[in-house]
Amino acid sequence: MAAISFSGVKKRYQKNDVIHGVDVEIEAGEFVVILGPSGCGKSTLLRMIAGLEEISEGTIAIDGKVVNELEPRERGCAMVFQNYALYPHMSVRQNIGYALKVAGMPKAEREAKVLKVAKSVSLEPYLDRKPGELSGGQRQRVAMARAMVREPKVFLFDEPFSNLDAKLRVAMRAEVRNLHRSLGVTSVFVTHDQTEAMTLADRLIVMNSGFVEQVGKPSEVYHHPASLFVADFIGSPAMNLVRGFFGEDGYFRHGKGGMVNLPGLAKAHLSREVSIGIRPELVRRVDAGHKDAIAAVVDYTEELGASRLVYARADGSPIIAVDSGTDALGTGMPVHFALSESDIHVFDHSNGRRVDHNGRPVRATDTVSA
Amino acid sequence: MIERSPVFNIFTYAAMTLGLLVVLVPFWIVIVAGSQSLQEVSRVPIVLWPSSHLWENIQAAWARADLGPKMINSLIVASGVTFGKIVLASISAFAIVFFDFRARMVCFWMIFITLMLPLEVRIVPTYAIAANALLPFQVVLDTLGITGLVQTLSSVRIGLEWNLLNSYTGLILPLVATATGTFLYRQFFMTIPDELIEASKMDGASPVRFFFDVLLPLSRTNMLALATIMFVSSWNQYLWPLLITTDRTNYGTVVMQLKALIPTQNGTPDWNVTMAGALIIMLPPLLIVALMQRWFVRGLITRDK
Amino acid sequence: MERRAFYRNPVLPWLLIGPQLLLVLVFFYWPTSQALYWAFTLEQPWGGGNSWVWLDNFIAIFRDREYWATVARSAFYAICTTGLSMAVALFLACFVDRSLKGTKLFQSVYVWPYAIAAPAAGVAFRFIFAPQSGIIGSINQIWPGIWDPSTNGVHALAMVIICHAWLGIGYNFIFFLAALQMIPRSITEAGAMDGARPVRRMFDLQLPLIAPTVFFLLIMNLISSFTDSFGLIDTMTEGGPVGSTEVMVYKIYFDGFKGLDYSGAAAQSIVLMFLVIALTFVQFKWVEKRVHYN
Repeated sequence: MAAISFSGVKKRYQKNDVIHGVDVEIEAGEFVVILGPSGCGKSTLLRMIAGLEEISEGTIAIDGKVVNELEPRERGCAMVFQNYALYPHMSVRQNIGYALKVAGMPKAEREAKVLKVAKSVSLEPYLDRKPGELSGGQRQRVAMARAMVREPKVFLFDEPFSNLDAKLRVAMRAEVRNLHRSLGVTSVFVTHDQTEAMTLADRLIVMNSGFVEQVGKPSEVYHHPASLFVADFIGSPAMNLVRGFFGEDGYFRHGKGGMVNLPGLAKAHLSREVSIGIRPELVRRVDAGHKDAIAAVVDYTEELGASRLVYARADGSPIIAVDSGTDALGTGMPVHFALSESDIHVFDHSNGRRVDHNGRPVRATDTVSA
Repeated sequence: MIERSPVFNIFTYAAMTLGLLVVLVPFWIVIVAGSQSLQEVSRVPIVLWPSSHLWENIQAAWARADLGPKMINSLIVASGVTFGKIVLASISAFAIVFFDFRARMVCFWMIFITLMLPLEVRIVPTYAIAANALLPFQVVLDTLGITGLVQTLSSVRIGLEWNLLNSYTGLILPLVATATGTFLYRQFFMTIPDELIEASKMDGASPVRFFFDVLLPLSRTNMLALATIMFVSSWNQYLWPLLITTDRTNYGTVVMQLKALIPTQNGTPDWNVTMAGALIIMLPPLLIVALMQRWFVRGLITRDK
Repeated sequence: MERRAFYRNPVLPWLLIGPQLLLVLVFFYWPTSQALYWAFTLEQPWGGGNSWVWLDNFIAIFRDREYWATVARSAFYAICTTGLSMAVALFLACFVDRSLKGTKLFQSVYVWPYAIAAPAAGVAFRFIFAPQSGIIGSINQIWPGIWDPSTNGVHALAMVIICHAWLGIGYNFIFFLAALQMIPRSITEAGAMDGARPVRRMFDLQLPLIAPTVFFLLIMNLISSFTDSFGLIDTMTEGGPVGSTEVMVYKIYFDGFKGLDYSGAAAQSIVLMFLVIALTFVQFKWVEKRVHYN
């Protein structure tokens, strides 16, 4: 178990910064998932922990010890690679035991360890096979066993499930979660799959084009996105985001003459261009006669079984709502919604950050008591 | 396969058989003539069927061209070139592909430009260097004034000399000094995924360890291919050995002896002995190519393309 | 060749690449620069070093009619061997590509000439084409004097060309077959569905698709014909009769080592080097173009 701390970590390729200064603390024993679209620098960050990429600026410390200058083997990290990176000419047994062999562990001891680890991931029957003779899921297990056998201080996972089919992915997810529960080793897991991220993580680090957008528990990140990017990236269907501005009269103006009465929010955000956001499941459908009803026209609906998604348009601005009604809703039909001010997030358009209801910008690492 | 018509199939077989004849007739004639007696081989037209004198013709050729020691020389040279090439090629390709150092691209080009000019084209000056392989260093020392300096200081004149004429080193080294194998290894090393290096780094393996534990075992096919290509081409060398060995008795190779087996203008036209000699001289590389075909074909294509 | 994972070490790469660099310097760069030096200088009789003569050596060989005859002969030789060898190999590869039963056997035999030393083939062909021998000799018995490479230069040249072409069959075959087998079956099948017959498909589909290989082999064969012919010519004709099979490499050898005219031989070497470099360069440009279009 080890804590990892980043301070001012930057990565530069030929004068171009691809990571712009990361300051994050990962606690010992924590399972942290780095989430972001491809090219956001999440893998690079992981590989900097591993020692596979140089750190251009700043420091990474493992257990309080700066590791910038250490070789990968000296950092006590083990890694599971995206395409497994198994040695094709070695048997499963040799693959798992290679790191121990390099470290000079006596054969008998090594064999015992390999066997024990192989058992724990049910690889025993395949120990003498070559990677080429294994299925995708089995290869994945070998890659994990190879990481486990060294009893590392830190586990690093670089999109390890992206080559598996959907069903296997769910199974492996559970296995990784169990592994972490039983070993309690600090783990950093990189993925672009938000479901994977939400289910695995103790804490999430959401990244976008080299910046850390938000650090927090999955629920925090979902319910209190710190930036426009996070709001838009996390959740399916995505958060409703409507661009506009607040007037002195307490109305939010958007689209083609759309007006929403939000007197509680208006005061704090008068002077800037903003987007307001609300989760589709928090958009309530109301009768036409409701006090602050927003009139909209249905574009189409998507049946989900227990509920349905209503895609509609209010004064030119698209809005999605989760609706549990069973009445017929066809294209072009009128529909009415209402919003609670407490469910609404306001984002400053000049920098993409969320602004709290007192008008203060929210930082990436701020924790919100949910 | 389309056009499974029997007529077209027969035509295909006929064409392939014709090709077989074109390729095999020279071999067949060598075997036929090599197994006949002097009378039989001199008959016009010749009987195109082997006779019973192959063994005695081989013995005669063996004695006439002194093939025993020459075979050993050829074997030493071919194995030496093959071994040297594999070692040098693999380690230099390893450096070029897996190490990041300043002069990497310069080294790469310096080595690969040598692919452009075969030995035959620069035969005259290469021959001159063989007389003293250390000449370039002597020239460098002279130009830098080090020779003069040392002479005045210690009255010892630096005279670097390493004569390669009539030596195995001379036969082998210039043939090793080309980029063929390096290129083959480079092409192969480039296909090794980055993750494999990273995995081995994470496993704590040093570069040297990675080379021996991962790269070499993975490149076995590659090595067999290169070994075949190099063995065949160095066994078959003719011009270079001819130049570098003035002492043929001790350093001649079998291929050089072929000319000595040809009947002279006014001598006995004992082509049967010539053919028997040619047969045993061409046999070792032929066997290797026939046996290693599967591997070397792939290697040849990656090397040259 | 962009890699992401590298090793960094100040010493190790130099230790690894050092031996090869050293060999290349001594046996490639030094001799090549030496050839340049000789080509522009003339050795003084009775020692006394070399005097700088600028282009005199080149002017001398370019003024020499015999040299131009050699160049022309070499070009003719190269074109004939290349054309002949490639045609035979392509013909065979096309049929082998049909992969009928038993094809593997034919395929493995076609590769054999690759293994044969040029001088060994030279000796064998010399016997086959000997005017008095039991093979061609029978024809000479019917029409006396119709074939005699030992006195007739055209016959001699034809004999050497046939032998060189034969030697190249294996190499060319390997490349043609590999290229043909790279063509997806579906393309041939689509052609067949469109009603094209085998020969038609060969010209309309297969040949254009293997064009890069054809071009590659063309250059490789030309280079090999210019450079690898020594062993053959030395065992078959020694450049004779009366120089009718003397090609550039042989003349370099002869002038340099028999005539001891190092400067002349060096100038000739430079010319040959330029020729080979030019061919390689054409090849390079072509490859580059292909990469762009892909």
